[in-house]
Amino acid sequence: MMKELFPMKQVMGFIFSLVLTAVALMVYFFDMSFAVGMTILLVTAFIQAGLQLVLFMHAGESEDKNAIYITIYYGVLIAIFTILGSLLTMVWTYQIQ
Amino acid sequence: MEFFERFAIPHPSPAIYASMVAIAIVSIAIVVGITYFKKWGYLWREWLTTVDHKRLGIMYIIAAILMLFRGGADAIMMRAQLSAPENKLLDAQHYNEIFTTHGVVMILFMAMPFIIGFMNFVVPLQIGARDVAFPRLNALSFWLFFAGAMLFNISFVIGGSPDAGWTSYFPLADNEFSTSVGTNYYMIAIQIAGLGTLATGINFMTTILKMRAPGMTLMKMPMFTWSALITNVIIVFAFPVLTVALAMGTLDRLFGTHFFASTNGGMDMLWANLFWVWGHPEVYILILPAFGIYSEVISTFARRNLYGYKSMVASMVIISLLSFVVWVHHFFTMGQGAFVNSIFSITTMAIAVPTGVKIFNWLLTLYKGKITMTTPMLYSMLFIPLFTLGGVTGVMLGMSAADYQYHNTMFLVAHFHMVIIPGVVFAMLAALYYYWPKMFGFMLNDRLGKIGAWIIAIGTLVAFMPMFISGLDGQARRMYTYSEASGFGIWNMISMVGALMLAAGFALIVYNIYYSFRYAPRDIGSDPWDARTLEWATHTPVPEYNFATMPKIDSYETFWDSKKKGTPLFPDKIEKIHMPNNSGIPFIMGIIFFMWGFSFVFAMWIPLIICTLGIFACMAYQSFENDHGRYISIEEIEETEKELGGKR
Repeated sequence: MMKELFPMKQVMGFIFSLVLTAVALMVYFFDMSFAVGMTILLVTAFIQAGLQLVLFMHAGESEDKNAIYITIYYGVLIAIFTILGSLLTMVWTYQIQ
Repeated sequence: MEFFERFAIPHPSPAIYASMVAIAIVSIAIVVGITYFKKWGYLWREWLTTVDHKRLGIMYIIAAILMLFRGGADAIMMRAQLSAPENKLLDAQHYNEIFTTHGVVMILFMAMPFIIGFMNFVVPLQIGARDVAFPRLNALSFWLFFAGAMLFNISFVIGGSPDAGWTSYFPLADNEFSTSVGTNYYMIAIQIAGLGTLATGINFMTTILKMRAPGMTLMKMPMFTWSALITNVIIVFAFPVLTVALAMGTLDRLFGTHFFASTNGGMDMLWANLFWVWGHPEVYILILPAFGIYSEVISTFARRNLYGYKSMVASMVIISLLSFVVWVHHFFTMGQGAFVNSIFSITTMAIAVPTGVKIFNWLLTLYKGKITMTTPMLYSMLFIPLFTLGGVTGVMLGMSAADYQYHNTMFLVAHFHMVIIPGVVFAMLAALYYYWPKMFGFMLNDRLGKIGAWIIAIGTLVAFMPMFISGLDGQARRMYTYSEASGFGIWNMISMVGALMLAAGFALIVYNIYYSFRYAPRDIGSDPWDARTLEWATHTPVPEYNFATMPKIDSYETFWDSKKKGTPLFPDKIEKIHMPNNSGIPFIMGIIFFMWGFSFVFAMWIPLIICTLGIFACMAYQSFENDHGRYISIEEIEETEKELGGKR
């Protein structure tokens, strides 16, 4: 009974999100190259966002979870297209200095 | 006195002073008229505080038509200036201000409210809902749009119009080259209207996903509702980019940052990039609801169900994705090299495929149909060939190598007008004729309507086909004059004739509204077109609760089935209906936002802070207000239903 009432998943999620924050903070406190730092930040940020969305914003717990997930995937896809496209156009191949 | 000098127009002319006087007289006349006829209470209760999606829709459409005439007047002035070589009607500065205003007004304050107006009016009716998901937010959306539109419209009499083009490219739009407050107006007014549009996007996505009548699965939604859903998804993903770009532009102009400056680490091309990351999806925000309207109209008047429903939906979903990956084709010539240009050329041409699917679906719907050529149908039939002309030239522009020839010429101007006028404007006019009886209880005259449609269609061709030729001959866009030796004179004179034909066509529509208001019969029933979708299943005029009982949906065209096979559409008994209360908050917030924007434009910080506090006060009041809505009793519903002709 007690086990069912106790929000084990949420507590574990909370601890995990604290760990992720701590890992991200390492980038500030330790000396590392830009590439390594950026990788850590990106990876922890995306895991963190997913964690918050699923555990604490309860995506996937209601009957319209398909609509929610499709919209999220669609949004992520468009964000990736936009960012990579902008980098490609404005930075990586831009020819006028 | 020094304080007031900032409000003076930097580059005045007698026409602008005359406009000032005219605006003052009209404003006074409106206030006096409303007071004289004692309509303030009615206006406040029935319109300014309304949260009813139908009334908001009608207000959007009225605003759109007003803006159509504002933008149209600008167009006539431009064509008049260009109609002869070395014409002296307008000088360069006025010409710049006019083409900028024309572009912004037509796209953001005419086309957008037109489509959002029809979405407001039609979508809840089509899905069998009582209102949108967040009615008060919907009202706020309208008033934010209206505040933004009015703020932009007063720029030419207070402080000067923006003059850097509707694209407002940096560094031209920066303080160094655009010294008047005009571009501040651009940044702030569009920001305010854009916030409203973003809220609309969220509102309608939620409405369509959550509030459909029982039994209406996604694949049983009418095509216009599908197009509205896809459009709102695009709005939600595209408009934040505009919000951010405008905020950065505002920071650059008013707070000395250098995001888009060409010095100090700024990147002027980033504006063009961000603008078109929003701007290209925006094109599809305009065209997809128009496609939805055509689908409804063509299927209704061909008396056939829409051919290829699934492929229609699929093509819209694909268009919505592709619309986000083509934006670079707006600036092929600006230095990103052949590799990137090739990628975006290919994605651009790929969009022609799903669009072509839609065109063929309409043609196949017509095939073996029993066609009745009403005015909305005539607009839809004129749309197909004219839009194809615009589309094919679009593919030409999409080839990046060839684009170096067309870029920044009248060829481009001709292309996008040939897409937007037959695509969006014809659709909105078709929708105006099609939904007019549902909105106002009488039909617009069909004969006058058809004459108008032909004048507008021929006017479009006469106005814009010559631009293809002068553009290929090298006439640059946005140039206020040209020499006689260039030989552009004859083409521009023909364009002028076309522009006048368009003006005559729109004047005829206004006359038609007047004529039909006086003479059209009022006993047209609730389904004058013998249509197929749910919005025609309720009464005319539509009662505020839309449907007395919820319709039960079991096919894509339940209303048609109930008419032809007699399946019951409204099996339930009448129960009391829960409706939202009216609220003055959205209107008041609209006014505060207008003052907020005005203070921002002129960098008057103290009024700006006061207005910001006012906005937050409104939001706080809204949050703590205890308003559970109200119930309409069974007796009241039965009485209304009896008055309107029985439960249907």
